[in-house]
Amino acid sequence: MKKQITITINGEAFTREVESRLLLVHFIRDELGLTGTHIGCDTSNCGACTILIDGMSVKSCTTFAVQADGCEITTIEGVAQNGQFHALQEGFKEEHGLQCGFCTPGMIMRSIDMLNKNTNPTEEEIRWGISGNLCRCTGYVNIVKAIQYAAKKMAEPQETAEA
Amino acid sequence: MIPESFNYHCPATIEEAIALASDHGDEAKYMSGGHSLIPMMKLRFATPAHVIDISRLEGLSYIKEEDGLLKIGGLTTEADLEYSELLAKKYPILIDVAKLIADPSVRNKATLGGNLAHGDSANDQPAVMLALRATIVATGPEGTGQASIDDFFHGFYMTALGPQDILTEIQIPVAGKGTGSAYHKIERKAGDYAASGVAVNLQIDGSGTCKEIGIGLTNVNPVPLRAQRSEDHLKGKKLTGDLILEAAKMAAEDCSPSADLRGSEAYKRSITRELTVRMINKALERAKANL
Ligand SMILES: Cc1cc2nc3c(=O)[nH]c(=O)nc-3n(C[C@H](O)[C@H](O)[C@H](O)COP(=O)(O)OP(=O)(O)OC[C@H]3O[C@@H](n4cnc5c(N)ncnc54)[C@H](O)[C@@H]3O)c2cc1C
Ligand code: FES
Ligand code: FES
Repeated sequence: MKKQITITINGEAFTREVESRLLLVHFIRDELGLTGTHIGCDTSNCGACTILIDGMSVKSCTTFAVQADGCEITTIEGVAQNGQFHALQEGFKEEHGLQCGFCTPGMIMRSIDMLNKNTNPTEEEIRWGISGNLCRCTGYVNIVKAIQYAAKKMAEPQETAEA
Repeated sequence: MIPESFNYHCPATIEEAIALASDHGDEAKYMSGGHSLIPMMKLRFATPAHVIDISRLEGLSYIKEEDGLLKIGGLTTEADLEYSELLAKKYPILIDVAKLIADPSVRNKATLGGNLAHGDSANDQPAVMLALRATIVATGPEGTGQASIDDFFHGFYMTALGPQDILTEIQIPVAGKGTGSAYHKIERKAGDYAASGVAVNLQIDGSGTCKEIGIGLTNVNPVPLRAQRSEDHLKGKKLTGDLILEAAKMAAEDCSPSADLRGSEAYKRSITRELTVRMINKALERAKANL
């Protein structure tokens, strides 16, 4: 029943023997200790467990770890680069896009995929885009603003790093 | 929720997949996107001893027109449909439906083949495929065969597919001049299964006469339902408001919805009627723009 898999998570390759029935979210949280990916509903409804597999947002509570063998995964821990927040992280901070923060990792992972496919989404497109991610605190208004902040920031020409 | 233990197989070719399924008989289950199967395994409604992951089989994910047919590979995801320029231009019903299925993360995994093979009239694609008069192509131990969508759905979770058959392609007649199509469903919240859903595909000629029409209904019948009497009522006629309303009433009468958390039987019949009117009108509008 066990199978050896190799998954690259946030740029680092991990090889492990896992049971076929091990859910990807448990692999990420329990095997690798990356607890930024949350479990809210465990029934593919809330989106707290959203990660990127080969750049696409996926609910890791509804994926077996073995299905991701050979894939590249990004979790919330891999989103900041060189100590710099990703535009979405900055947006959630600046626009108060979180209260308890439980939904935030999933919201951000989902939004990365959304903004990759549509760099300038309307408010309606943003709301449909996060329709599989539930937030029990904010009422979504500031989440929408946070994503708009990030879309705007990502569209700006990149400043060259200071020497 | 933890599924029961199983053996995972990830075959590289369709022949290998079918051989594995044949070896393990009733104990095996194919998995493509896994977004219907895994939830059922987590609830232990499904306990296959062998899961055969077919999602990595090559060459089964495509959307193309060829030989007078729109051909869609069985492993094409709902997200692939949603972002297809060809579909947006010529088959808007497939964009309508893809955007209403679950949510974007589920659509990244869920496949069209899986949506149909699951054999659940709560899924949205069966009604759309009825409206589009699709043909289902599958490969199994005996080779490749086809079934008309009208012969495909046999009952709850039961289809014309044998346990070792892999749904490889969906074929739809190419949309000609004067063709228009539309789908919508009423849901309690974004991403919910339908309280009722109506799919319409029709073709009109220059004089506005309805040459072809297909109407499929979602989640208001034990099996996905073709609104046959409504289609017969409209085919060959000029589509007036009165005629459309009569046909919609027939659809509402002919389905048999069950009362549940999504609404009473009477409510579901009434939204089926209203959606039928709206979808015929929307398809008609699109058809006129396409004359
Ligand atoms: C939260 C959530 C919301 C959803 N909402 C909707 C919705 O609103 N509307 C809707 O239509 N669907 C909805 N779905 C279902 C989703 O679209 C499913 O993923 C889809 O119906 C099945 O596709 P799959 O590729 O995931 O199939 P799987 O789960 O992999 O398989 C489903 C069944 O089909 C069989 N199968 C799969 N592919 C093939 C094949 N190529 N050949 C032969 N047999 C095959 C499997 O053996 C299994 O029995 C929802 C799912 C979730 C998790
Ligand atoms: S925990 Fe995966 S969707 Fe809720
Ligand atoms: S901030 Fe609490 S759930 Fe979203």
